[in-house]
Amino acid sequence: MENLILIFISTILINNVVLTYFLGICPFLGVSGKMESALGMGMAVTFVMTLATSISWLIYYLVLERFGLTFLEYVVFILIIASLVQIVEMFIKKYSKNLYQSLGIYLPLITSNCAILGVALFMIVKEYSFLESVVFGFSGGLGFSLVLMVMAGIREELDFADIPETFKGAPLTLITAGILALIFMGFSGLGGG
Amino acid sequence: MKKKELLKGLWSQHPIYRQLLGMCPTLAVTTTAINGIAMGLAVIFVLFFSEFVVASIKRIVPHQVRIAVYTVIIATFVTIVDIFLKAQFPQISKNLGPYVPLIIVNCIILGRCEAFASKNKLSNSLLDALGMGVGFCWGLFVLGSIRELLGAGEILGQRLLPLNFDPLVVMILPAGAFLVLGFLVALMNQVERWKI
Repeated sequence: MENLILIFISTILINNVVLTYFLGICPFLGVSGKMESALGMGMAVTFVMTLATSISWLIYYLVLERFGLTFLEYVVFILIIASLVQIVEMFIKKYSKNLYQSLGIYLPLITSNCAILGVALFMIVKEYSFLESVVFGFSGGLGFSLVLMVMAGIREELDFADIPETFKGAPLTLITAGILALIFMGFSGLGGG
Repeated sequence: MKKKELLKGLWSQHPIYRQLLGMCPTLAVTTTAINGIAMGLAVIFVLFFSEFVVASIKRIVPHQVRIAVYTVIIATFVTIVDIFLKAQFPQISKNLGPYVPLIIVNCIILGRCEAFASKNKLSNSLLDALGMGVGFCWGLFVLGSIRELLGAGEILGQRLLPLNFDPLVVMILPAGAFLVLGFLVALMNQVERWKI
């Protein structure tokens, strides 16, 4: 139990997927302009990431490893994620119109979101157990949402600032992310590294 | 064959500094120049063969499932690169870690397959792949060199700054990656503005 809490906190604050592993930078740069879309994207990613890590874990250890097919890891994982996104999209379209309206447009973008595949791969590298992997996936998604929303908050304020023409757009976002990463380094004392 | 398909990836449509594609490997592996080059070469290989296959089979792939087909093609070539690196260059493979498999979701590759190779002639697609790949590679090399120089005082393991230079360790940490890339993109913007 202690172990799970440690993974939960360290994945959100210390080893944040965006700021430490550089996963999901494309949506991070693209969607973090408005708070509302950041929230939608964050929720969709958290949802798919939790499911994707659980299913990938089961397939990796119960099928691929048992039959010595681990070299197929990447092909299998990307197929799991792509089909999962498709199923989730169809499912919420049918059962929840409201949820579909808020998450719908973000779902297709998630297949090419490196954070999902990245978390699934890191889970294998770190040799987590099933329960640890589920927590890892869920907290990875929460960490992504947290940084996305903090960033959106900052960028909404920056819209009113007077910025040199050269730095407008991507450069400013990247530099802001750099300063944010510096701030998050302050958390690294929490879990003892 | 058109020369401009080759040249556009090197500067005017540079994948990193202009289009901001493929950010994960760009930021994650450029702690040293050599890692940057290794990742760049891996991407050139995968991009070249993926565009080759996609451009060759574009007529027989049904429109609805094309993205899934492209992804599986890319994943296959990435697996080849990964196994090759593990066998021949274990140290580099260890440095790059899971960022080698993450080439699969590198938006440059899927982006070029979808936006270019699926609509253009084979020969032009191959030129496009080479241009974009080499552009990506020099982009990584520059970023890796700056970070290695400021963070360790070396480039490619060669000591360049005086020994009493105090390395800025932050440059090798994640925060440094964002900062250096931010300033490089700003520099590119400025160069474009001077041209006008």
